[in-house]
Amino acid sequence: MSKISMTVNGKPASGEAEGRTLLVEFLRGELGLTGTHVGCDTSQCGACVVHVNGEAVKACTMFAGEADGAEVTTIEGMANPDGSLNAIQQAFQDHHGLQCGFCTPGMVMSAAALLKDNPKPSEAEVRDYLEGNICRCTGYHNIVKAIMAASGQDVTAIAAE
Amino acid sequence: MYDFELVKPKSVDEAVSALAAEDAQPLGGGQTLIPTMKQRLAAPAVLVSTHDIDGMKGVSTDGGVMTVGGATTHGTVAKEAASAFPGLAGLAAKIGDPAVRNRGTIGGSLANNDPAACYPAALLAAGGTVVTNAREIAADDFFEGMFTTALEEGELITVVKFNIPEKSNYQKFEQPASRFPLVGVFVAKHSDEVRVGVTGASEDGVFRWTEAEQALSSNFSAEAISGLTVSADGMIGDLHGTPDYRAHLVKVMTGRAVSAAE
Repeated sequence: MSKISMTVNGKPASGEAEGRTLLVEFLRGELGLTGTHVGCDTSQCGACVVHVNGEAVKACTMFAGEADGAEVTTIEGMANPDGSLNAIQQAFQDHHGLQCGFCTPGMVMSAAALLKDNPKPSEAEVRDYLEGNICRCTGYHNIVKAIMAASGQDVTAIAAE
Repeated sequence: MYDFELVKPKSVDEAVSALAAEDAQPLGGGQTLIPTMKQRLAAPAVLVSTHDIDGMKGVSTDGGVMTVGGATTHGTVAKEAASAFPGLAGLAAKIGDPAVRNRGTIGGSLANNDPAACYPAALLAAGGTVVTNAREIAADDFFEGMFTTALEEGELITVVKFNIPEKSNYQKFEQPASRFPLVGVFVAKHSDEVRVGVTGASEDGVFRWTEAEQALSSNFSAEAISGLTVSADGMIGDLHGTPDYRAHLVKVMTGRAVSAAE
């Protein structure tokens, strides 16, 4: 075991980790940030997406030690400073972008990464970017609609097909 | 997963020293290695991360050669190779998914030589060179069959060099669950020859389709290969596709890559 430290959601955080400790295990088990979910544990589903130094990564497929010294943002760091939902989170609520909600933390983190690089994505670009985020409720239409709405675009034409 | 010691060197020299330890192995982005370790198919005692070695990152172009650091992520190649070598950038932009591309590295992909990895097809078709801490290895000498390369124990890919073709394109027929190519074909039209790298299809791993190369060298169009057939002998057969199906896809994907080459 060795001590590792990182900045998580803007605050310093440290804890003990083995070499094999995954970033998602460290966040959930050591730091108590259980908003980041483990769906498949095989880097397929994207429920564990967090941002490391500003880039979306699958926290189940990265060692905690690799993030030693990094800036990490999790779903717990996404709300506005006053505690209200941010634009993406609010859009997920407004457009019913979740059913069971298990994939939602990863969906929101991936959406945030997309909109940072591409503030006005097309519907096709949103669907393409979400290739690595699986919603087992198959609620994709409303997830796409929520992300389009969060980018400030008209979503009245996006209907379930 | 069995435990191991994680080492994070800042230079190639430090990494090579760390790799001299017993059962030490380089760690690129870990997008293949970590799942493999979870399944206990790999159990290194020491993992040497290349992530903090600045000298192994980035893309540069000089005199018709593109140089990519071994620890450069697919996402970075997709962005930084786009103007000088769109075929390579297009390939990198379709590996895995965005989060995987932010971690996975070109050196890791080439060293692993998965029979369905994308980059090996590009390296063979471009006719590049793998540069390690010890030597330079020509692309044609690098791949030695499924999951096997010319790399020695403890040898680290520091840089990958590509001869930038006049025109190139990569087409893959994706297996939708894994997003690996069922068959992927990289076509590169150089000033003096055409080279065709095929991944995903053969039980021997990536290979060059030399008949197509000859046909395309005299006539660079999809019609030039219409009379050719690909043998199903030695093609991979699994629940996703038979050897005959993969052999058929090699020709179809080659034609599409020729038509799309830019």
